[in-house]
Amino acid sequence: MSPVNGDQELYDVAVLGGGNAGLCAALTARESGASVVVLECAPRHYRGGNSRHTRNLRCMHAEPSQLLTESYAEDEFFSDLLRVTGNNTDEGLARLVIRGSAGCPDWMRRYGVRFQSSLRGTLHLARTNAFFLGGGKALMNSYYAAAERLGIRVMYDTEVVGLDVHDGGFRAATALIGGRSVSLRARAAVIAGGGFESNLEWLREIWGQAADNFIIRGTPYNKGTLLRLMLDAGAQSVGDAHECHAVAVDARAPKFDGGIVTRLDCVSLGIVVNAHARRFYDEGEDFWPKRYAIWGSLVARQPDQIAFSIVDAKAVGKFMPSVFPPIAANSIRELAVLLGLPPDGLETTVAAFNAAVRPGTFDHGVLDDCRTDGLTPEKTHWALRIDSPPFWGYPLRPGITFTYLGLKVDERARVLMRGGETARNIYAAGEVMAGNILRKGYIAGVGMTIGTVFGRLAGGEAARHASR
Amino acid sequence: MPADELIGHGRHVMTVCNACRYCEQYCPVFPAMERRLTFTTVDLAYLANLCHNCGECLYACQYAPPHEFGIDVPKTLAQIRLRSYEDYCWPRFLAAAFRRHNLLTGFGLAAGLIALMLAATLVVNGGDLLRPVGSGDFYAVVPHEVMIVLFGSVFLFAVAALGIGAWRFWQDMEAAAKPARGLGALVRGFRDVLTLRHLHASGADCTSAEETRTPWRRWFHHCTFYGFLFCFASTSVAAVYHTVFGWVAPYGYTSLPVVLGTAGGAGLVVGIAGLLIERRRRDPALADPAQDGMDQSFIALLFLAAFTGLLLLLLRERAVMSTLLIIHLGVVLALFLTLPYGKFVHGIYRTAALVKYAKESVGA
Repeated sequence: MSPVNGDQELYDVAVLGGGNAGLCAALTARESGASVVVLECAPRHYRGGNSRHTRNLRCMHAEPSQLLTESYAEDEFFSDLLRVTGNNTDEGLARLVIRGSAGCPDWMRRYGVRFQSSLRGTLHLARTNAFFLGGGKALMNSYYAAAERLGIRVMYDTEVVGLDVHDGGFRAATALIGGRSVSLRARAAVIAGGGFESNLEWLREIWGQAADNFIIRGTPYNKGTLLRLMLDAGAQSVGDAHECHAVAVDARAPKFDGGIVTRLDCVSLGIVVNAHARRFYDEGEDFWPKRYAIWGSLVARQPDQIAFSIVDAKAVGKFMPSVFPPIAANSIRELAVLLGLPPDGLETTVAAFNAAVRPGTFDHGVLDDCRTDGLTPEKTHWALRIDSPPFWGYPLRPGITFTYLGLKVDERARVLMRGGETARNIYAAGEVMAGNILRKGYIAGVGMTIGTVFGRLAGGEAARHASR
Repeated sequence: MPADELIGHGRHVMTVCNACRYCEQYCPVFPAMERRLTFTTVDLAYLANLCHNCGECLYACQYAPPHEFGIDVPKTLAQIRLRSYEDYCWPRFLAAAFRRHNLLTGFGLAAGLIALMLAATLVVNGGDLLRPVGSGDFYAVVPHEVMIVLFGSVFLFAVAALGIGAWRFWQDMEAAAKPARGLGALVRGFRDVLTLRHLHASGADCTSAEETRTPWRRWFHHCTFYGFLFCFASTSVAAVYHTVFGWVAPYGYTSLPVVLGTAGGAGLVVGIAGLLIERRRRDPALADPAQDGMDQSFIALLFLAAFTGLLLLLLRERAVMSTLLIIHLGVVLALFLTLPYGKFVHGIYRTAALVKYAKESVGA
């Protein structure tokens, strides 16, 4: 195989981005006999984009199997999607993804992906989601090993910096490999480069200074370069650039790549205050998925984009352990000092909260009757007095998972240009086009479903185009 | 790494794992971890001895080095395992042996014991080592009583040392968390030991590198383990023949002790050779190099014991038998003396941990 000077080599399919969608596209294209190159901007160890942080795939199915319990029909999947997106989806593409999801597990298994058994473990999503054994990095390891076996060329540390696209036709990609600029030609291209959530400058353009206080939960390599190059080349966008999916994470998390372990699940067990030691939202409004989805943006709207979750000894053992130790103190005053909050303010807030708590029967498993009366805002469920030391505090920041802005595609994964025509030989898959289906909100595992279904679709279409 | 630092790192690793839990279906380490919110030294020793060092969780880990969290479960648990061997060692002052042990000390001990036995035999037999030519009668070289006393005492010492260590470990684990008793759990724990179920618990074979899974490590370990058991059974059967029935060695080639010993010796030779090859192929990211010495010493002595034993059987009618017998016995003595201070103890502690795990899992 020729060295990095790609000018001599003309590939059938160039896959730009080496995450789940990219590898699904590459494997499918190779399956159809195409010669395939994958350009991955991360080094080998960090390959796989945000897929390395994922864990499962939402999957329609008619009957129980080793992976999934009971059944999950197309319409139920679709209504779940409608609920979280507030009816803001492309029904045709959404149903395409949902129907396609049924065949995913078998296809994935062919490439060495292994799943957890639904009968073991402590999973809440055993009916709707198939869990990868070992998680997303294990999944990516399987795909990369399969790619190697099948003779797909994978280039790591290879960042695409330019696209030769004219009138919706892709000719070549310019990539940087170790500082050297290389041009790679292909008959068709699959754009699978993810969103722009780790591009701090782009985030600042949208959210201003506040963006500096955001934590990026996933890979530092999703800079949105391919998305921008395609938009510049005349591709039509989909989704709101100002929307991103954010959850509340521990403020001590690393700037990038902290993944799942930085999430915090104790909001509902106590109170949450801002930098002025004031409460700002009903901590007991709803259960985990909904709560999880809103608290990132709630914190983002507070001064300095920081908040503090405060619980007492009664909460210990009732939430998923956090990777960071709680900041603990024997009095609210002492805790305020440790958290850098105004001590008088925090004492006042806690005292007012405690005074407003009405008696009830605490049950974290249901929307119980433990509530406050006479507060602004009220805490409507799970309200217990914060009175048993030690008191624990966790600092919270908005943790960005992904951005919604993407490339508009059709039902064959072809990129649509601004004039309304389809690109001749450019396809998109994964997070870079997920905005077609998911313009806001999120349901667990649907990102991997979109990536897998559209990856396979894009890879197949690209290979077919190349063979013409 | 100093003890405090190692335990601190172990806690960090388990805390990150406990917040992630992606690996929970690979093996018992993760479900056992999920039952705990904090990790004492005893908890870590328990988890470390549950780990079979397969490597799946390292390759699957999005936080593995060079990520700043530096999560390396197999290596960290290997290091904590060694620490637990030292902590529970009896007598305490021999704990140092785990780290100082190596090929040289193992061979040195064997050579010393061979020399000692040679000298003793020469004295007893009046300076003539080669007297019982062609008879295959080992007791003519080393009298039966001498063998009983010498091997009996070394065997009892090894059993006592291993037993006390295991007992201390068990007591600590039970004190940390004492679930209900159950005979079923005991059976399940031993089944997991005897089948090495957790070397292929995730449904495929044992990992030998990222995305490379082969059955060989498990099969070679079975050869070694059952080879050892067969050799042990051979000796036990011979002892019963001698003391109960008065049937005196040498036994025929088709007799039970010889058949068991031959099968066991062959299993050991094949198993150990295979494990050594597998070991060389293993990813260094999974291993604790501080254990190379004690591992090599145990492996070499076990191999030599098996090899000289087979050779002895083959050549027992020849003049060289006397010398071979003394070499074989010296090696076996050295092997048993070092059993409680080397690689062998992993089997004892892992069994204890697996039984504990089975007990914990009852009704879970």
